[in-house]
Amino acid sequence: MFIRMIAKAFLRQWKKMVMIAFTIALGASLATAMLSVMMDVGDKVNHELKAYGANISVVPKNASVISELYDIEDGDVSGEYLAEDELGKIKTIFWAFNIVDYAPFISTEAVLDEGSTVTVKGTWFDHHMALPTGEELDAGVISMRSWWEIIDGDWLDEQKLGSDFCMVGTGIAQKEGISAGQTIRLKGPKAEKDLTVAGVFDAGSDEDNEIYVPLDTAQEISGLEGKVSSIEVSALTTPDNELARKAAEDPGSLSVSQYETWYCTAYVSSICYQIEEVITDSVASAVRQVADSEGQILNKTQMLMILITILSLIGAALGICNLVTASVMERSQEIGLMKAVGAHNPAITGLVLTEIMCTAVIGGVIGFFAGIGFAQIIGHTVFQSAIEIRAMVVPIVIVLVIVVTLIGCIPAIKMLQSLRPTEVLHGRA
Amino acid sequence: MSTLLELKNVSKIYGDLHALDHVNMKVEKGEWLAIMGPSGSGKSTMMNIIGALDKASEGEILLDGEDIAKKSAKALTNIRRDKIGLIFQQFHLVSYLTAVENVMLAQYYHSVPDEKEALEALERVGLKDRARHYPSQLSGGEQQRVCVARALINYPEIILADEPTGNLDEANEEIVVELFRKLHEEGTTLVVVTHNPEVAEVAQRTIVLRNGKVDHESINPDFTGKIKHITLQ
Repeated sequence: MFIRMIAKAFLRQWKKMVMIAFTIALGASLATAMLSVMMDVGDKVNHELKAYGANISVVPKNASVISELYDIEDGDVSGEYLAEDELGKIKTIFWAFNIVDYAPFISTEAVLDEGSTVTVKGTWFDHHMALPTGEELDAGVISMRSWWEIIDGDWLDEQKLGSDFCMVGTGIAQKEGISAGQTIRLKGPKAEKDLTVAGVFDAGSDEDNEIYVPLDTAQEISGLEGKVSSIEVSALTTPDNELARKAAEDPGSLSVSQYETWYCTAYVSSICYQIEEVITDSVASAVRQVADSEGQILNKTQMLMILITILSLIGAALGICNLVTASVMERSQEIGLMKAVGAHNPAITGLVLTEIMCTAVIGGVIGFFAGIGFAQIIGHTVFQSAIEIRAMVVPIVIVLVIVVTLIGCIPAIKMLQSLRPTEVLHGRA
Repeated sequence: MSTLLELKNVSKIYGDLHALDHVNMKVEKGEWLAIMGPSGSGKSTMMNIIGALDKASEGEILLDGEDIAKKSAKALTNIRRDKIGLIFQQFHLVSYLTAVENVMLAQYYHSVPDEKEALEALERVGLKDRARHYPSQLSGGEQQRVCVARALINYPEIILADEPTGNLDEANEEIVVELFRKLHEEGTTLVVVTHNPEVAEVAQRTIVLRNGKVDHESINPDFTGKIKHITLQ
């Protein structure tokens, strides 16, 4: 009889039920879309922010001490170096998949043909190498210096051109009259080498007064074979929280469970810690401006998503409230009759709630799939990539739909419970 | 005969208005009582109170020896469910349920719906062949007979009918009154509120209310339970 009543009540007020389902679908779709984007936005924003360059800097331990003492940013001051053959280990740490890109640097002074002294930096441009795990990797500064404007020539294609090429900053290029395709001679402390200019770049910084060469070229002219003075790492990170800040100060102060949580979360401090574990005598530290910007932008974006979700759910609850209250008012005689023939409030409440919850399920399912669609539209429009729908979204949306529907039903249920049969059956008290 | 229902000094007060004013009344088991009175005399208020739909402001209401005047809303619902069958002037059938389902609705909230039993109740009121029809497909008289079947289905101790023929034509009025006569013959206690003298006259006893008080009562010496229409000259 209960099912018969539910089914027939559905058929009788199908228009109202469609409206309720539509309202719930709207709320559920926005919630699904926002939650999906919110859960995926961390990676998306991180990828976007990779354009701002590396967020972790690795230098030799002693160089780090001197840098801190004298507030010097260049890592070559101590004469300490990192071993080039350990670079591949960075992609073997626990959070290896979060390492988007990295590049080693070595800096030296060299004399140009014209007799002027310039800073020469050796690095990877698009270096290909085999990892200790057997995998292969392409890494280098090309994606980490996305703001460089190539004003003449092109990026140095290391794999295609080899080591006898260089990239010249626009400052030096203008001063020395260097252009792409030209060959320059660099005389380093240990050797000299003829290099062809692959491109001239405008970095808008001190880098414009530097010449960038492949790492082995810089090592050769400086006599520092197998050594690097610093490594820049671009990693996907989770915004810092209290635990991360505590760990950044001293990982030893954490309890075992805190340590495990911290170590297994992609905080910038835990990734730094893991890099230090694999690179001998190194100090890895976060480039704070970038790391903080990432965290702040991510937090604000997520806050916005949460706000939109909450507002959409409030809207859905108000819509449900109006529709269910109108439905109960329309059915007041029917409800009064049920009470008159012996129905208790919980039984009638159960009947009405079952009708609404069945509608909510239909609306929720439609809304969920619509929300996945909305999320993909947002993903492709804003981030130019698909949004991954996390399994976690499903239970959250289910709970939200139930809670919002129940909240929306509260005024109607209160009205239903206070309804006196004498008022609706006789039209008087 | 033993007393099924007794009202002792029952009053219902709304502000300054005494809808019922110290009413005393008894209904014996198996009796057919009519309550009459002009509009505003307190007929429906009395109906609501003895039907456990409303609470009295003062007094005692003894139903089968149990005072229901001070019972909670939940207890009154149980009393309506177990002991009282209600018939309304406006029928109050659920529009999206068929005739038999409307009867089963009372069963559902009482115990367990039994379609066979509901069909038997409809057969008693002569509507078995209309069991699958919706209220909108039934005439006023047929709808009222469904109401009677619904009121009977749980074997109540008393049936309260509020203006049961108020919305019916003469032919249907006769059918409904004939149903009451049969119920009375079977021993059912009937209390019928009406403003129609023809319907009141067929009852065993009539109480007339005026201004919330029992004005007078009369016993029908020629009680047959059959309606006698007054022909206007």
